[in-house]
Amino acid sequence: MSTQAIEPSGPKPPNWFEWERMVVYGFLFLTAAYFLVPLYIVIITSLKNLDEIANGNIFIPTLNPSLHAWYRAWFEVCTGLDCRGIHPNFMNSVYITVPSVVVSIAVAITTGYALNNWPFRFSEGFFTILIIGSFVPYQVMLYPMVLLTKNLGIYSTLYAVIFVHTVFGLPILTLLFRNYFASLPVELFKAARVDGAGFWRILLQVFLPMSLPMLTVAVILQVTGIWNDFLFGVVFAGPQNYPMTVKLNNIFTSTMGVKEYNVEMAATLLTGSVPLAIYFLSGRYFVRSIAAGAVKG
Amino acid sequence: MADVSTKANSVSIQGLAQSYGSLQVLKELSLDIPEGEFLVLLGPSGCGKSTLLNCIAGLLEPTQGKIFIKGKNVTWEEPSQRGIGMVFQSYALYPQMTVERNLSFGLRVAGMAKDEIDSRVKRASEILQIEPLLARKPMQLSGGQRQRVAIGRALVRDVDVFLFDEPLSNLDAKLRAELRVEIKRLHQRLGNTMIYVTHDQIEALTLADRIAVMKAGTIQQLDDPLTIYNKPKNRYVAGFIGSPSMNFLKAKITGTAKALGLELGANKLSLSGYKFAGVVAANTDVEFGARPEHIEIIRGAAKGKDVFPAVVELVEPMGSDSLVWLEMGDQKISARVESSAHYKPREKVGLKFRVEQASLFDVQSGDRL
Repeated sequence: MSTQAIEPSGPKPPNWFEWERMVVYGFLFLTAAYFLVPLYIVIITSLKNLDEIANGNIFIPTLNPSLHAWYRAWFEVCTGLDCRGIHPNFMNSVYITVPSVVVSIAVAITTGYALNNWPFRFSEGFFTILIIGSFVPYQVMLYPMVLLTKNLGIYSTLYAVIFVHTVFGLPILTLLFRNYFASLPVELFKAARVDGAGFWRILLQVFLPMSLPMLTVAVILQVTGIWNDFLFGVVFAGPQNYPMTVKLNNIFTSTMGVKEYNVEMAATLLTGSVPLAIYFLSGRYFVRSIAAGAVKG
Repeated sequence: MADVSTKANSVSIQGLAQSYGSLQVLKELSLDIPEGEFLVLLGPSGCGKSTLLNCIAGLLEPTQGKIFIKGKNVTWEEPSQRGIGMVFQSYALYPQMTVERNLSFGLRVAGMAKDEIDSRVKRASEILQIEPLLARKPMQLSGGQRQRVAIGRALVRDVDVFLFDEPLSNLDAKLRAELRVEIKRLHQRLGNTMIYVTHDQIEALTLADRIAVMKAGTIQQLDDPLTIYNKPKNRYVAGFIGSPSMNFLKAKITGTAKALGLELGANKLSLSGYKFAGVVAANTDVEFGARPEHIEIIRGAAKGKDVFPAVVELVEPMGSDSLVWLEMGDQKISARVESSAHYKPREKVGLKFRVEQASLFDVQSGDRL
């Protein structure tokens, strides 16, 4: 240490061992580990064979990884007498998710836009009902929905699941889009009207291209929500149309023969692959869109 | 009912009222704007000037009344059918479109042929000198450039009436002055009717052929800028126009009808130079309004006829001239002097009012006497 005092000038040198900093990093590492360690175990277990699982440590990866368990999970794993693996149910989930997401977002964006920009006589009341609707627990609506879909003649088909997801997605999505449109400058809407654009043209050519952040949020919300849904799948799809989540549960709970942990882990990863992919692909936009609106650019 | 008087006017507003519930924003307002006039609607926020403009544009439905543009009743017409173009405070450019697409949007909506669109965009961008910017997105433009594009959007549509809703309020002072001149130049070149909403009196005075000073949904005075400035109709207009604002002094009219005078504090002022609007009785309580540039400071202690004693409080140099704040009795007065004249605080001086350029207002009604 030099005895000569350093005169303060320019940026203050960082002190890496401040206790506040240590606490922050410590907490971050802890939470990261909390989420990553289970994922790590699931991945390495899915690559092991049954002997290695029975005799090895669950934290230590195998030396000769194999995708055999993944193949079994996709094509061969049995629940009851059905030994086709989970791929038919993966497709069911796709058939449910894609139309539900597209229709619910398309309807919600139009409704939100109409509520915000083309107020009609009861639009405020209508909006209030929608807000209340987004807080009603699904369980309350379950039995009425079963009756409704039965009467519509679509109960126990994929259409029933799609219908239910679309309807239940609408309140929150409409709320999101209405508030997003309310945050856009109203002069933009006026300018488009002076330019002669009507209801649909303003929506499609002016507002929609500006809605990318909110669209991203809506897609993530809906894809993950619908893909991960269990309740509606069990209740409305019927056994031949079970989505992946229900199938996965059946694999876990079927008690026939040896418990194939590696296959179960592989099936878990396959089921989680779609939301995971969505998060990775849109992560950047997701963060950006959550931050958007916080500060006006 | 076909109204003949509307034919000669570009825009005519008859008995227009707008209210939200019990709140009356516009009160039975009528206004005729001749072809090619630059009319400024001036007033503080909440006076109804933007509401009036939005009604003319067709973006708001009036509760009552009629709007004529070029002699045609357009009260129920869509904005795009009225032959108006509008420029907004926030520019309101479509952010995902290039400047070129922004300009041509309205024309494309109208289904115009490509050649015609191109030539109109070309002409407008030449006039506004935004040709190098055509391929850019609004995000890549400065505030002044954005506002030029916004004006261009009205220009390409070849409209009869331009509507401006506080177009310069988002710009910094220097740019605002520049664009102000450009808008005036544009008006001289195109000769269109323009209706311009602002709360900035400098913009109003510099741009307008006529100014409509508004307050609480009514027009207080509609006149050319100099008349508004020199002969304000009432106390409100007088106080709103002019910066620094007019001095208002409590006074009383005295004397006989032949030779009226003004009792200002302990002193008297002859009113022989003042042109009264009507007959005024003696002993009326009035407010005497004098603009800072219509007050003369005389050095030394006050003496002579119509010279009032005052004490300098402080001096604000403003470059081209200086503003001197004085105390005359218990009333505060500001006077504009040449910046070369130096006055010291607590200096005793005399004040001379130019009565012929002053205004007198009735204390009760606030009307000009």
